[in-house]
Amino acid sequence: MDFQSIIVNALQAAVSPEAAIFALAAIGLNIHFGYTGLLNFGQAGFMTMGAYGLAVPVFAFGWPLWTGVIFGILAAVVFALALGAPTLRLRADYLAIVTIAAAEIVRFLVRATSLSDITGGSNGINGFSSDFYDLNPFTESIKFGPFSFLPRTMWAIILGWVLVLLGIGFCYLVVNSPWGRVLKAIREDEDAARALGKNAYSIKMQSLIIGGIFGALAGMMLAISTGSVQPSPQDLGPPKTFFAYAALILGGTARLWGPVVGSIIFIALLQFTDGLIRGAQSAGWIPEWFISGTEVGVMRFILLGVGLMLLMLYRPQGIFGDKREMAFDV
Amino acid sequence: MMIGAVLAISVALLVFLSPTAGAQDDGQSINGTLQYKDDSGERIPVEGVEIVLRDAGGGDLGSVVSGADGTFSLELPGAGDYAASIDVESIPAGVSLRNPDKTELTFNVVDGQSKALAFPMAAGEAGTQEAVSQSAIDSLLRLGMVGIIFGLIIAMCSIGLSLIFGTTGLVNFAHGELVTLGALLTYAFNVGLSWPFLLAAPLAIVLTAGLGGLNDRLLWRPLRARSTGLIAMLVISIGLSILVRYFFLWQFGGRRNPFRQYSLQEPLVELGPISLVPRQVVTIFLSIAVLVAVALVLQRTRFGKAMRAVADNRDLASSSGIDVEQVISYVWISGGALAGLGGILYGLDRGINWDMGFDLLLLIFAAVTLGGLGTAYGALVGSLIIGIMVQVSTYWIPAELKSVSALLVLALILLIRPQGILGQKERIG
Repeated sequence: MDFQSIIVNALQAAVSPEAAIFALAAIGLNIHFGYTGLLNFGQAGFMTMGAYGLAVPVFAFGWPLWTGVIFGILAAVVFALALGAPTLRLRADYLAIVTIAAAEIVRFLVRATSLSDITGGSNGINGFSSDFYDLNPFTESIKFGPFSFLPRTMWAIILGWVLVLLGIGFCYLVVNSPWGRVLKAIREDEDAARALGKNAYSIKMQSLIIGGIFGALAGMMLAISTGSVQPSPQDLGPPKTFFAYAALILGGTARLWGPVVGSIIFIALLQFTDGLIRGAQSAGWIPEWFISGTEVGVMRFILLGVGLMLLMLYRPQGIFGDKREMAFDV
Repeated sequence: MMIGAVLAISVALLVFLSPTAGAQDDGQSINGTLQYKDDSGERIPVEGVEIVLRDAGGGDLGSVVSGADGTFSLELPGAGDYAASIDVESIPAGVSLRNPDKTELTFNVVDGQSKALAFPMAAGEAGTQEAVSQSAIDSLLRLGMVGIIFGLIIAMCSIGLSLIFGTTGLVNFAHGELVTLGALLTYAFNVGLSWPFLLAAPLAIVLTAGLGGLNDRLLWRPLRARSTGLIAMLVISIGLSILVRYFFLWQFGGRRNPFRQYSLQEPLVELGPISLVPRQVVTIFLSIAVLVAVALVLQRTRFGKAMRAVADNRDLASSSGIDVEQVISYVWISGGALAGLGGILYGLDRGINWDMGFDLLLLIFAAVTLGGLGTAYGALVGSLIIGIMVQVSTYWIPAELKSVSALLVLALILLIRPQGILGQKERIG
């Protein structure tokens, strides 16, 4: 088994566009869950809004790519309003149920054959991202020591991490503003915040919208970096949301850098175990009847489930978290 | 650790029954011929239809387009589970799938096998052959009947979820996996070990009930003792759900299979437009009997009274001498049994696969919230409404969008009457 290449691959995954996508989605969840205490299990729905908002104008109407960015953000805002209106006055678990269901419904809708002229049906949409890659200044692969990135990947990496840094900067400003302190007040005691004259419903809605826009940015980043949008569960279904939650909790909720560090470590860890299993397979240490070639992808989900449970059981504050700053008592 | 014991039992049950096979070898492939019979009975090949292949995890493995003689074939990377879906858009005009809902086949390929796939096709546009001869009322009655059966199955699964929520406050995302477990265990006994279905099903229900109880004993009771927050428990249940669901995928593969018995039946009852096969009749009577029994237990027995007391006010129940932990234990056991039975009936109706419970879970949530979180009768009412809504709505909207209607009803109810149809106001907090 080639440990060096497994580790190189894992480190390369840590800075990949995929890690930046999870970081963006997790920053949004951090605003929802970490700072406001909103249980949004439909982040994949916001990502779907971003990804399809970006791709549909190019695919269906032939408009330039930048118009898609506007549509993606608008779609996320509308989705947040539609989700929040019936649920934000109710207890937290209602939002959880409605968001996970709504995100799946959105995915069923974009996958529907009857809408395939607009959304591409179950084939998704390809070939909308050329406006972005035409601007790519890199013409050949970039190499640092053992690491090497294709020009396309490098360009997507730069966009992804610039977005993440801007997002962190935005969060820093927002969370330390008076508005950010009201968010935390609502998380700690909604009745107290209301008694002080704060409109908790409206502020929760604003939080849902802002976090949702980060979800939409993650979806756009996913669409851009892979050059396609696919309505599959892996890309835009519930597992995506749960991966983002695991990354957030691993890094630490209600911490500025929690979602970013969590995503980097989580993606590297997933890639590492993937590599380890594949390596052990090709070395003949894992018999084929136990884990077959096509089943390696399943293992990362089992790992996700175990990881999520163990984290919540033994270290719910994650790596950087502070138990006093948690939206849930443990 | 705690979940270890639960898993160890499932592993023991599942691993040796698992149908996945042997060592790696070259030469696995899929093949098939797309054709239909025209009016004179002659076979006409269908050219230019795209078939997309995915692995068990959903990863894209490429696609193939049928040739002039209608044939297609594609090499596979190895033995294992795959899914092939036909691109409906690429089917030429005037031809359609004989069963428009069956656009995807999931299957298992053993080493060296060349798997033949069939996508039966017919002349004419989708559904036209049937639709011509049926009036609107007939179709609606038929869909309503299917909806009632579906609603009864959802009710089986949702009463347990609702009672668990009522007594412990836990929104159990892993409840769908109990549903799947009931069906998968029955499948393992019925198909894997060739036991008769009528022996396999009760045994599976007993095991599901036991695993439900064990689940509470080993995981949730210690967490309650530690006074873990409800949201933390919710996230843990999501972790458990993912873990168990993908464990099922790993062990059982991504196929959808029927039970060995009762999958092909002639209609038993014909009432005007409605015709029911025996298994549907049994499903209706069995689930009504079980639901009446649940209601009687809740209303008439000491245990039922204790259960309602705990759901109403845990501390008060505890201080009036009710053993709360024991009541919760029984709730989990009976919830597990009901979910297992629901899963078996659902499997009888449309086959068994690894994520059937999770698919159903969204509708279960909708039903429970609609009826009122934490109330047993609310779950029943909500389930019937959701079941009928989902099926009847397919008269107007494409079948692939049928869950959308259920969610719209849910959102509407939450806006107008957030506590649900039978819920009490103080529960929504």
